[in-house]
Amino acid sequence: MTVKTIRQALHEALEQEMRRDPRVVVIGEDVAGGAGTGGGVDAAGGVLGVTKGLIKEFGAARVIDTPITESAIMGAAAGAAMTGLRPVAELMFSDFLGVCFDQIFNQAAKFRYMFGGKARTPLVIRTMIGAGRSAAAQHSQSPYGIFTSVPGLKVVVPSNAYDAKGLLIQAIRDDDPVIFCEHKLMYDLKTEVPDEAYVIPFGEANVVRDGDDVTVVALARMVHYAAEAAETLAAEGIECEIIDPRTTSPLDEDTILESVERTGRLVVVDEATPRCSMATDIAALVADRAFQFLKAPVRRVTAPHTPVPFAPSLEKLYIPDPDRIAAAVRAVYGYGR
Amino acid sequence: MSMPLTGITMPKWGLTMTEGKVVQWLRPAGAAFAPGDELLEIETSKITNVLEAEASGTLLRVVAPEGSTLPIGGLLAVIGPADAPVAEVEKFVAGFVLPEPADATSEAAAAPAPSVVEVGGSRLRYLEIGSGDGAPVLLLHGFGADLNGWMFNQPALAEGRRVLALDLPGHGGSSREVGAGDGAVLSQAVEGFLAALDPGPVHLVGHSMGGAIAVLLAARRPDLVRTLTLIAPAGLGPEINAAFIDGFVRASRRKDAVEVLQMLVHDPAMVSRTMVEDVLRFKRLDGVTAALDTVARAWFAGGRQTLDLTAAVAGLALPVQVIWGRDDRIIPVAHADAVAPAVPVHVLEAAGHLPHMEKSGEVNRLIRRFIDL
Repeated sequence: MTVKTIRQALHEALEQEMRRDPRVVVIGEDVAGGAGTGGGVDAAGGVLGVTKGLIKEFGAARVIDTPITESAIMGAAAGAAMTGLRPVAELMFSDFLGVCFDQIFNQAAKFRYMFGGKARTPLVIRTMIGAGRSAAAQHSQSPYGIFTSVPGLKVVVPSNAYDAKGLLIQAIRDDDPVIFCEHKLMYDLKTEVPDEAYVIPFGEANVVRDGDDVTVVALARMVHYAAEAAETLAAEGIECEIIDPRTTSPLDEDTILESVERTGRLVVVDEATPRCSMATDIAALVADRAFQFLKAPVRRVTAPHTPVPFAPSLEKLYIPDPDRIAAAVRAVYGYGR
Repeated sequence: MSMPLTGITMPKWGLTMTEGKVVQWLRPAGAAFAPGDELLEIETSKITNVLEAEASGTLLRVVAPEGSTLPIGGLLAVIGPADAPVAEVEKFVAGFVLPEPADATSEAAAAPAPSVVEVGGSRLRYLEIGSGDGAPVLLLHGFGADLNGWMFNQPALAEGRRVLALDLPGHGGSSREVGAGDGAVLSQAVEGFLAALDPGPVHLVGHSMGGAIAVLLAARRPDLVRTLTLIAPAGLGPEINAAFIDGFVRASRRKDAVEVLQMLVHDPAMVSRTMVEDVLRFKRLDGVTAALDTVARAWFAGGRQTLDLTAAVAGLALPVQVIWGRDDRIIPVAHADAVAPAVPVHVLEAAGHLPHMEKSGEVNRLIRRFIDL
């Protein structure tokens, strides 16, 4: 077993699945990097290098560079999925979902339903989320809540390299469209990742830390911030149970509810904006199904309801951080005491 | 000259342990203890276990309070003769130097790492600890387990001898190919492993299915085996907990895994979250479920044990001992009655199907005493 970055883990998942199944193809902007153009074969490999090297082994027929036209990428991939391939399409920034939302929301997500269960759409859409690079309001959002709201889509939001590989392989082998969200600040994050292929089932949360005082549900980069806050809080005698849902659709409701049943307190940490979001969704779930166990109001630690600021100082304030998480946990822990 | 002061230090249990937390001292400072007495409870990220006294002495000073976390080798307590002067104890504590835990490279160099050997085109992973003149020991795990299951035993047995722990085919880091997956295939793999490493005749210790494999090997190649320690072995009766076998093969989610793993032990609290996660991480690998399914169907078809080794055990000319947990819910302890009266049978109280983990100190002593005869 070796330590790998999320970038390496994702690359390995793609490579192993492409070897295993000739129907798996990769399609998107610069996934090879100017193959057939002046850019040279394998010049890029996606904007952050995840697909670099694939074209050399699998060729241009399976690693398809496209023009900058998200609607065509998603339309082609959705059609290919329905007619026998297993495409992994890249939507470079999730912020661009607007230009291809019909292909995702009204086509890929609906095929199985509209064709009476006879159509399968084994499509994976890999896309970048997250603020923190001063990439401004149009390249920094985390719209997994929007994807999650669409019946027919599965949504994956990994927080570490082990999960990233197992969840991407599961996404590729899955017969339904899967939106796979990669946080742009996390590609170099390392952990132990098996060399062999493996799958992590969807809808199975990861309990990152055990604790009996406060349940903290966090996604993607926020899992690490929550873990940092939990260290601080443990020194104060407050034990957090940290739950990383890993997939927002399906959502592992049982793990969250069973934890709240024990702790009676919930803080949800979400880098996305708060309205109609995962934080709100999970808070509602607990209010609805675990109200009788709650000892304190549910708290959400999220971005404000504004676009992501460009100014680094403002962006820093925008993103939830360990201090804000710790403060929220202290508040619910101290409630009524 | 009285016996010198010594320290009890944080043990290393398992490949990945780097530190441990003192959960509870089971003896107060100042108390005398005998070999085998439980001194304290230590929690690692994977498991909580009791550290037992190796020799007799007095707990002169508890250095690590409850709740404290220490690196491997960190000083937990000072032990020695009851009349040791306080100043001497102070001096010992002050002069104690933690063995460099330090950077990843030195740790990797110090910690034993598993090796891989090719046998008949298959990869077999094994872990080797210890060296010396003592006859070597080979540890064979049970169905679904791997060499890590011996984490509390292998270091303790490795004083003055080479101790090998093997991953059976389809298990741990060994190849997923198991062929028919039956006793013949698996015991031949062990035979091939011994031929490849050529450690000379070994003391075989087998748990559950590994016990049955040990019997098969000893029956076919008695020249390779000195003694046989069978821990809750398969092959001595038809009963097997089919719910465990099926559940273990099927479990892909934490909830199901917790349920089946708790069947293994007397105290369900022993099954930690990371222990469950380790099992799931193994089971998620491509090919593992198929391999386990093949092995399960070969050994436990229709929820019964297909292999009857009572005659084979009776026919062995070498020393055999049997160890069983009183509360074994996987293979009933009553199967121990199937061995000849001359074979020593040790039934351990408050232990389930994993006495070598649940009562590691006792099992280690039983094995050492038996193989040193």
